[in-house]
Amino acid sequence: MGDILPTSLLSIEHLSKDFGGIHAIKDFNLEVKAGELLGVIGPNGAGKTALLNTITGFYSASHGQIRFNSHDITSMPIHQIARLGVGRTFQNIRLFKRMSVLENVLVACRRTKSASMHFFSSKQDKEEHLNTALESLTMLNLMDKANQSAASLSYGDARRLEIARALAGKPKLLLLDEPAAGMNESETLALIEDIQLIRQKVISVMLIEHDMNLIRKLSSRVVAMHFGLKICEGSAEEVLRHPEVMSAYLGDDDERPT
Amino acid sequence: MIADHLFFACINVLLAWSVYVVLLSGSLSFAQGAFMALGCYCAGVLTVKLGWPLLPSFLIAGLFSATLAMLVGYPTVKLKGIYLILVTLGVTVCVRVLLENFKFIGGVGGFGGMQGADLNSALWTVAFVALCLYVFSKGALQRVCDAVREDELVASAMGIDVARVKLYSFACGAFIAGLAGALYGHYMKFVRPENFDASLSIYVVLYVVLGGVNNLWGPLLGALVMTLLPEYIRVLAEWRPTVFGLAILIILLVRPQGILQFRTNTHRLKESLKNG
Repeated sequence: MGDILPTSLLSIEHLSKDFGGIHAIKDFNLEVKAGELLGVIGPNGAGKTALLNTITGFYSASHGQIRFNSHDITSMPIHQIARLGVGRTFQNIRLFKRMSVLENVLVACRRTKSASMHFFSSKQDKEEHLNTALESLTMLNLMDKANQSAASLSYGDARRLEIARALAGKPKLLLLDEPAAGMNESETLALIEDIQLIRQKVISVMLIEHDMNLIRKLSSRVVAMHFGLKICEGSAEEVLRHPEVMSAYLGDDDERPT
Repeated sequence: MIADHLFFACINVLLAWSVYVVLLSGSLSFAQGAFMALGCYCAGVLTVKLGWPLLPSFLIAGLFSATLAMLVGYPTVKLKGIYLILVTLGVTVCVRVLLENFKFIGGVGGFGGMQGADLNSALWTVAFVALCLYVFSKGALQRVCDAVREDELVASAMGIDVARVKLYSFACGAFIAGLAGALYGHYMKFVRPENFDASLSIYVVLYVVLGGVNNLWGPLLGALVMTLLPEYIRVLAEWRPTVFGLAILIILLVRPQGILQFRTNTHRLKESLKNG
């Protein structure tokens, strides 16, 4: 990566998101530093996915500001945020089911170079796209399924294709929304290895996850959310031991989340 | 006679493709009759009133339709489902009323004097459009359109400007419809605004539904079958609307994606590459 990056790749200031009377996110501040893997945890309904949707432009922020790589992206349309280098996956898998695995990845490849829409891409561009696509398929072990229809994939493979597709857009910041949801233990272990590999390709990762094992093994920093508020941040061990986090997950019990 | 039937089959194939091109990005347009009318009158004015040769007039007519489609499409392509259908139907009605009130092009009485289009020119146009659509179907843009059609939000998260893709495909559809209109006018030699009423637009959409929406051969087949069959099977001709309606009903029940429902991959990976 040639460009000079500010120390914080993403900075969120006083962000709020309301749905009618419901405050999904309340006065939220967050920095994602260059090079880190930030874990975001919190019980269901804490506002984690709302946060991700607000960053990527799926929701418009009610208040506050979001800056990415020194651009104000608070009210930018979704595709422009994506072109700046914010990639994401979806909690409920949303692949293009009528297309093949390879095509799913190729779709994401094509607007990394410039913002304009090219009607006839040059041969060189095509080759470059194909290489990027194959690279991300290889990374997530989907090469032998390249020509299969995306609808035919197993659950675990579909989740991996979501990641491969996001990766093919060459994001600077990758937002993963519960990538391990519904995976069994061995699939989760493989996923941990994949995410470690991916970190060499993107600058920063923001990982929303319920699986504390994954959070512990991967994240360099963890933020905990509850009812739209940030309740604490720090290293994985610190956050998981924090009394407010424990009470958020388990009521006032003394046991810590596993 | 046969030349007549084939000519109208060509026009209907072009119109079916014009619906198909718009449908590629997920919008259903019932305005193709209107864009056909605009192309027809525009080409007519150029050849009859200004004495232009056919080919440039036809191309300008297509561009004219496409430009107007951009103007209409800019505020409307973001609409979804039933709302877009209503808007496009509205466009069809508006264009007809507009043409009826222009004395310069004959108004209700009609506009005549165009000539020169024959079966050959129609076949060439069909071949040209087919080639364009075929090249398109092998490229990256096909994937972009498919992505937009399947899931607009995810497509935009991949950096695709969904509104722009939809606008361009709406304009391309209007271009093809405009070409069809120019051919039609110069074959009929005399047209009236009522030739392009809403039922034409609806019929054309049904050709596509019948033939298939996933590849360019579906609309071709749908338009050919529904234009030529009634001409050659007398019983069908008398019952045309009924047979047509029944055919649509059966297709929607049995094969909702149309007769030809396959979709070919835009890019297949060679076996040798998979392991390397």
